Amino acid sequence: MISKRRLFAFAAGVALVAGACLGAAPASAQQTLRWAFQGNLNTLDPYGINETTTLGLQGNVYEGLTKRDKELKIIPGLAERWEVLDNGLRWRFYLRKGVKFHNGNDFNADDVVFSAQRVVANNSQLTSRLSGDPEFVKVDDFTVDVKLKSPNPILHYAWDTWYIMDKEWTEANNAQIPPAPQATTPGFATINTNGTGPFRVTEHQLGVRTVFEKNPNWWGKVEHNLDRVIFTPITSAPTRVAALLSGEVDVIDPVPLQDVPRINASANARVLEGPEVRTIYLSFDQMRPELTASSVKGKNPFKDVRVRKAFYQAVDIEAIRRQVMRGAAVPAASLISPLFFPQISEIKRHPFDLAAANKLLDDAGYPRVGGADGVRFEVDLDCPNDRYVNDGPICQAVTAMLARVGIKINLQAVPRAAFFAKINSPIYNTPFYLLGWTPGTGDAHNVLIDLMHTRKPDGSGGRGQFNNGGYSNARVDALTDLVLVEGDIAKRDAMILEAFKLLHEDVGYIPLHQQALAWGTGKNVELVQRADNQPLFYWVTKK
Amino acid sequence: MLAFILRRIGQAILVLLTVALISFSLFRFVGDPTQQMTSQDTTLEERLQIRKNLGLDDPVVVQFARFIGNAARFDFGVSYQNRQPVAKLIGDRFPATMELAFASAMFALLVGIPMGVYAGLKPNSWLARLFQTVSLVGISLPTFLIGILLIFIFSVSFGLLPSFGRQGVINLGFWSTGFLTWEGIRSLILPSITLGLFQMTLIMRLVRSEMMEVLRTDYVKFAKARGLTPRAVNYRHALKNTLIPVITITGLQLGSIIAFAIITETVFQWPGMGLMFLQAVQTVDIPIMSAYLLLVATLFVLINLIVDLLYALVDPRIRLSGKAA
Repeated sequence: MISKRRLFAFAAGVALVAGACLGAAPASAQQTLRWAFQGNLNTLDPYGINETTTLGLQGNVYEGLTKRDKELKIIPGLAERWEVLDNGLRWRFYLRKGVKFHNGNDFNADDVVFSAQRVVANNSQLTSRLSGDPEFVKVDDFTVDVKLKSPNPILHYAWDTWYIMDKEWTEANNAQIPPAPQATTPGFATINTNGTGPFRVTEHQLGVRTVFEKNPNWWGKVEHNLDRVIFTPITSAPTRVAALLSGEVDVIDPVPLQDVPRINASANARVLEGPEVRTIYLSFDQMRPELTASSVKGKNPFKDVRVRKAFYQAVDIEAIRRQVMRGAAVPAASLISPLFFPQISEIKRHPFDLAAANKLLDDAGYPRVGGADGVRFEVDLDCPNDRYVNDGPICQAVTAMLARVGIKINLQAVPRAAFFAKINSPIYNTPFYLLGWTPGTGDAHNVLIDLMHTRKPDGSGGRGQFNNGGYSNARVDALTDLVLVEGDIAKRDAMILEAFKLLHEDVGYIPLHQQALAWGTGKNVELVQRADNQPLFYWVTKK
Repeated sequence: MLAFILRRIGQAILVLLTVALISFSLFRFVGDPTQQMTSQDTTLEERLQIRKNLGLDDPVVVQFARFIGNAARFDFGVSYQNRQPVAKLIGDRFPATMELAFASAMFALLVGIPMGVYAGLKPNSWLARLFQTVSLVGISLPTFLIGILLIFIFSVSFGLLPSFGRQGVINLGFWSTGFLTWEGIRSLILPSITLGLFQMTLIMRLVRSEMMEVLRTDYVKFAKARGLTPRAVNYRHALKNTLIPVITITGLQLGSIIAFAIITETVFQWPGMGLMFLQAVQTVDIPIMSAYLLLVATLFVLINLIVDLLYALVDPRIRLSGKAA
């Protein structure tokens, strides 16, 4: 018995010493940034999923032909410069010379042509990066021509997240196409990386942590002072906040709005807030002859613009901003952020006006039943409760606001998985819903074709797939097609603005706001919080 | 004995089939997994194709039969979200959950039993009253709140213990353990207290009431009359006889410790199966959900079986009647 106990003590002692050594070794003068995010990094494959944070994290490792600067302006990336030829039908990209992938392979035109094939291959989730089927031709090792069927002035707008992969590496590891959703083994590129970027992945434990280390051979000007970055998912919001306050992590994303004052009051942490590009909005089913969940039978009240406008004017956007969002939102008058389309500021919101809303509903033939406080009609509002910042509370506020004009809302707030299955294509089973949208391309055309173009009842055909309410205006449809091929930026912008003005007059949507980004950081950390919410390590300095 | 075990295994298979069937019929209401796998650029046509390829459009009965057929061969499919085999994902996470459950159970037993014995022996002392009050807290506060409370006291205010994660893990090939390093043990402390607190209070209250009961029985009075030391009376005679219900409860609770680790693991970002399950629910990752539920059901059944067998060992009366049956 005694010998056993001794043995155990000895073993424990050895383990402790070993542990202490292991723990102490990496803690030398190296600068380590610890970044905690609410979700997992599920794939390292740059064409595996089209999702902001994943693409942002990958953007520390991989690079596109273009990049975006701190203000989201397009700047050269792996292409040093480019020119538009043949009346916009041919683009020539001059590639950066002397760039090496992390494994030492040279970056050249073959890699670009290969990446162009891979990003539109089966199972790629980023096929839209090369819409319109452009043809890539290698001119020489550092020049690539892109031939188009029709002019496309925004060809390169989303190329900052179309990352260039190494042809030789990808082929050698049999990862020429991204793995299929039903694949039985993860693709090699799903768990390994080989980019040209300022960091390389040295460890990737799914759902536990991913370690990025500085790439000492990076071609660009280094603006960070980090040696390594440890990315950890922390799902629970209070734990994330606690980890920041106790100094166990340096950055948390996102910060729950109710914790902002407490973090700012702490000695060693603060909250960085900035505008985000996602627009949150409400919309209605304007397509079905009768709503799916409403007390109105035999007709669809939302086909009447007066009803839609009444709903719009009954929503007190200032109260939502102040009370629900605690100031962390910018009210929006349309479906795109001014950061992507500055001219949108010409459109002003329909004013909050209860009397006008009441009158519109009276005129439309929906009087209050049973006296001055009576209900005009009932309708469901579908809402996610774990997708956007305070999405559930926003819907509760809207429910209370519409009650003041005699609309009884039956709020259906559910987790996002169930929510999206209900309201999205092909069934669109919702009379009235809340949703958010970020144009993946950073361009207004994406909003036109996905949210504003007339859709088929099941959303097929690639047009209006997320126009869940079925808003339809023939002129907007025509403008959508014109915008795609218009090469003159000023004319193009005018057409985009015209479409958004039509939408505004039709009250096809009720835009609410662009929510604010809120990251928590240690006071010893300086970083750039770009409005697209990407976690970018190459602008971080830590004292 | 053999007949007893065989009968139990038969029952276990029935239980597992039922669990699989119920969970399978629930998945239909969780949402559409393809919505979480694709993005706004994916066309409807592509999404419907993915659904078809995954076999989600087949009738539930067909999907269920396929799942059972594969599960019988220990093939649980591939996660929708990260395209890795579910068996491997669960295998990677299994040690974390088991070590947490083990540490919690140890905490519950090693703290709960002495507290219960003391409270049973001296029910009117102030310390026993304090134990009672503390146990009330343990029973009434939700796990989530206890976890956050502990984090704020020990991590944020005093900076003594880590607030999240499983650190200092050493990989032994087939098992990853946090028991071998000081860091690993430090990161285990808060989660295992959080997870084990409810069980600790349960055991404490159980031992206390059992002790008080046993101390009133004739044989204890007789043992005292024989002039045995209080130590021998209390521990050899009384405590031993309180242990039957404690074993039952501990055994049954071990199952719930593993199952309820979901909440604790989420609060502490503990990379175990529960956390993975919760994330799978959010993203409708059906292969992970079904495999996890089946595994938990298996564990419950196994633990119950072991508890029944242990009974027979501890209590000869059961052994005898078992033979007769």
